[in-house]
Amino acid sequence: MRILPTLLFLAIVAALPIAVPWLQFVFTLALAHGLAALGVALLLRAGLISLGHATYYALGAYAAAFLSRSVGVTDFFVLIAGGILVAAAAGVLIGLFMVRYRSIFFGMLNLAVSMILFAFLAKFYGLTGGTDGIRVSTPTVFGAAFDRKTFGDVLFYSLLVIIALVTFGVTRYLRSPMGEALSAVHTNEVRLEYLGISVNRVLLSAYTLSAALAGLGGAIGGIAIGHVVPEMAYWTGSGHLVLVAVLGGIGGVLGPLIGSVFLELVHTLAAGYASDVWNLIVGVTLLFVIFFLPQGLYGLPARLFGRKEAAK
Amino acid sequence: MTQPLLKVSNLKVAFDGVTAADGANVTIAENEFVAIIGPNGAGKTTFLNLCTGYVRPSAGDVFLRDRNITRLTPRAITRLGIARAFQLPQLFTDHSIFDNVLLAIAARRGFWQALTPLDRDSYREEAQQLLELVGLAKVAAFRSTELSEGMRKLADIVLAMALKPQLLLMDEPTSGVSSDEKFDIMETIVRALRAEKVAALFVEHDMEIVRRYADRVLVWNAGRVMAEGTPEDILNDPYVRENVVGVV
Repeated sequence: MRILPTLLFLAIVAALPIAVPWLQFVFTLALAHGLAALGVALLLRAGLISLGHATYYALGAYAAAFLSRSVGVTDFFVLIAGGILVAAAAGVLIGLFMVRYRSIFFGMLNLAVSMILFAFLAKFYGLTGGTDGIRVSTPTVFGAAFDRKTFGDVLFYSLLVIIALVTFGVTRYLRSPMGEALSAVHTNEVRLEYLGISVNRVLLSAYTLSAALAGLGGAIGGIAIGHVVPEMAYWTGSGHLVLVAVLGGIGGVLGPLIGSVFLELVHTLAAGYASDVWNLIVGVTLLFVIFFLPQGLYGLPARLFGRKEAAK
Repeated sequence: MTQPLLKVSNLKVAFDGVTAADGANVTIAENEFVAIIGPNGAGKTTFLNLCTGYVRPSAGDVFLRDRNITRLTPRAITRLGIARAFQLPQLFTDHSIFDNVLLAIAARRGFWQALTPLDRDSYREEAQQLLELVGLAKVAAFRSTELSEGMRKLADIVLAMALKPQLLLMDEPTSGVSSDEKFDIMETIVRALRAEKVAALFVEHDMEIVRRYADRVLVWNAGRVMAEGTPEDILNDPYVRENVVGVV
């Protein structure tokens, strides 16, 4: 049953902060990034590498910030719904253009869009707060107000529920004809068209979903930090999402989430205990995963299990 | 006279000055098996590309019954009932053969469903029947890269048949297949198509295949039909024997 790995992953992520409380915030941000990386991973299934998905992460974050600051929305779930909707709407509009392109052109055009958004967020001070960004007030949850610390707990455990729902929904999508067609796009676009299926429509659906997931991650990230800044749209953020998706592996929906938690842990521990060489440690760790786990971290259990089977 | 299933009138196209279709006129009736023969470079594959919208003609029309499909996309033409099998089988290499067929069935029966699984009972049943029809049920779990060329060709044709077309276009269905296999394969294909009442237009170089399985033969040369008739008449025609078959 594929629900077991998800439950196991969520149980571990939920349990560790009980023993090490500071991990809760690290995991909250890691899972927020993981959701966006899951969006990137969807497109990777179709052989498309987006180098600009920080666009939708930032749009989700800023949408939540605008709703909080300018519209006066205080509810956590309404804020993240706003982030999802804005990112998905942008995904549809930008996707209509993007799905016509493949390979490096797709990657670079997404990158270009993210840099335009970055410049917009940084320069339009009156609207976006410029490089200072926008502060996001601590939201309420179904009318209940919390202090920042308690809200952190509520956010973290709500996020785990959201992750469970998202993994369920995305798994269903990937097993549907539209989801199965994503990897078919990667292997044979011609045959898809000669089955009467619009490749662009398949890709637009996936692109919109991936933007929505990134928007969800961005809204949660912005709310968790309590502040949104233009750097959320910067190209290094997009690169980070691709890295996380590849590191975790695209073989399963959990891959990018595992990859994100793993990378954040390595990053945090390396920065904490070996601040002079943390980049080196992260780099060596990545090389190890890339060389020895080509299917990503998600492929590790399957690989170990496969070896045991072979040994028998 | 009944309306033809496919009617092609005065079709013309040229690539960089090289004429690939030069006033081609072709009709195909319901349930008819028509073979196209001709020398390499005669424009046979281009003709299939013109009929399926992959190449746009500079002049002429293609009608599927009374519907003008000349300017439609391959996708639209496929949905109207013309399916295509390729000289190099076009399969989804990351999927098993069974999943390939499921995708083709979904394309016909309801593709745009984001939360309903592709692998559902009604689709499975149909996929199983199709694969049994052509003898591929035993390799359904394999990926196309693990199969012989003959099996890949059959799988490619099964994908086209899953669309329940009115007309199937096949480009050299037995090329690259061993001489032991090719008659078995063609026998399987023809039996399956006859059972489903699907008309077929196929490009073929093997004259024995043409003789056995075609109802009518079109001799293609320099982008047009130079002669047509029954396999018996055409293959005994001195011009065809000298210029196409290579026997004087």
